[in-house]
Amino acid sequence: MEEIREEVLEILEELHPDVDYEREQALIDDKILDSFDIVSLISEIKDAFDVTISADKIVPENFNSLDAICTLVQELSEED
Amino acid sequence: MQNNVMDYLDKIVNKVPDKMAYSNGEESLTFKEVYDQSRSVASYIHNKGIYREPVIIFMNKHPKTISSFFGVIESGCYYVPIDEEMPQTRIDLILETCKSRLIICDNETIKKAREFQYKCELKTYDDMINTPVDAEALKCIREKALDIDPIYIVFTSGSTGVPKGVAACHRSVIDYVEQLSDTLGFNENTVFANQTPLYFDACLKEIYPTIMFGATTYIVPKQLFMTPVRLVEYLNQYKVNTICWVVSALTMISAFGTFDVVKPMYLKTIAFGSEVFPLRQFRLWKSVLPQASFTNLYGPTEGTGMCCYFHVDREIEEGEPIPIGRPFKNTEILLLNSQDKPAGEGEEGEICIRGTSVTLGYYNNPEKTREAYVQNPLNTAYPEIIYRTGDLGMYNKHGELVFVSRKDYQIKHMGHRIELGEIESNVNLIDEVKICACIFEEEKAKIVLYYVGTIEAGELTSRLKEKLPRYMLPNYVEQLEEMMFTANGKIDRVGLKKKYKERRKRK
Repeated sequence: MEEIREEVLEILEELHPDVDYEREQALIDDKILDSFDIVSLISEIKDAFDVTISADKIVPENFNSLDAICTLVQELSEED
Repeated sequence: MQNNVMDYLDKIVNKVPDKMAYSNGEESLTFKEVYDQSRSVASYIHNKGIYREPVIIFMNKHPKTISSFFGVIESGCYYVPIDEEMPQTRIDLILETCKSRLIICDNETIKKAREFQYKCELKTYDDMINTPVDAEALKCIREKALDIDPIYIVFTSGSTGVPKGVAACHRSVIDYVEQLSDTLGFNENTVFANQTPLYFDACLKEIYPTIMFGATTYIVPKQLFMTPVRLVEYLNQYKVNTICWVVSALTMISAFGTFDVVKPMYLKTIAFGSEVFPLRQFRLWKSVLPQASFTNLYGPTEGTGMCCYFHVDREIEEGEPIPIGRPFKNTEILLLNSQDKPAGEGEEGEICIRGTSVTLGYYNNPEKTREAYVQNPLNTAYPEIIYRTGDLGMYNKHGELVFVSRKDYQIKHMGHRIELGEIESNVNLIDEVKICACIFEEEKAKIVLYYVGTIEAGELTSRLKEKLPRYMLPNYVEQLEEMMFTANGKIDRVGLKKKYKERRKRK
């Protein structure tokens, strides 16, 4: 989980280096990430972890915080 | 002959007064409401003695925003949309360029408008629509209107750091709307879903055909573009049959397997543009909607939205870009080589637009206007303005026009037109930066910024946020000890691109 967290954080920081991802809990609801960020984020996650985030998983709840994203990635890697 | 876009509304309000014109799913306006409210807005503006000048519209995306556009046109003025998403510096530049005497707000945006440094009258739309309609005055304004009078100004990226305001007139918009509707087969049964922001010309595709035919437009809430399944469900819920979206919005649906969960059930007409549609994604769409028509559109803001189209009705080969096809009726494309002569067979040339679709020019910016809106070099007999797009194109073996590349550092990113020079100009305004270079890595579609200076990358990005719209912010920023230069002393952009690619590979 630690590894996933570090890697996800790196991807997120590359999107917006000025956001405090450790603290933010409403990345989507507060419009910190927009739809284009989500698109890049998902393709970066795919490249980094070799997991496919399917369309029905693309909902705000799964992307609102660093923790939520990591949990999603974790779950998807276990499925494979 | 029709010489005013508001003639559409006058006609349709008698035909289908109670039909829904614009909706966001929750709130909507009928044609009668649009008509009445826009005439009240126009009467308010008239009462203030504001005429033939720009009026700023600062409202959130809503049916009322469109109605306010019409109100401004009805008053004989032209609308200039600005948006909360724009950074303050950009808003300030637009306000300074337009020197408008009135800003129309909604109940939310007015709070922000009060903090603008630029001072003029602020009024909410909801207040304005209580104004009694002065039918006599509006009739008089209409009679004096010419089809070469502007109806809007929209601002687009400028390489020197100052956005350029493209002004378009009735005649260009009428021409565009008629040709586009003809090409895509819009009619009174068309149900649009609008994706693009209202502060660009892209939304002309839905706004005006709606009043031309008595069609209906749904303004899709922005958040839905983050949740592809819900987005398609929304299209199905409102039986949307026509979409004219940027490629990235379509790709976002197809790329994530949305179609495995839900399929669009009513879509018949799909037009896309602004960027090249990746063939794989296009095929996914085509396989889900084999009966639908797919049309690639191409055109710059300066050519009133779109000016070329290609119905994708033949097999596209692997590695072949989807062509931009041919110009709309009443528009000509000149392909000029570096000697300003028509490009020969198989030769690249700059795509230049000739016709009514060429807009009026950049508002309050004669220098920039002169650079791009030029005398047709093939015509020395009388004044004739063409617009030089800066895009390079050529004809393929089928005789279809194909986009090749840009002549300069303009890029298309997520459907937005961006001058890399504008990003650089704004970075250079930061005192701690010595030198910078911005590149675009096409494969991953990343804006990459390299700089030399005494400021941290994160801090630099925060400062840029005050100056640039979000979609122009670099995706990756790196501080360098020294800038890379070519042998003859220019910034080595090719080298920087290579550097970025290598960095990605290492990861």
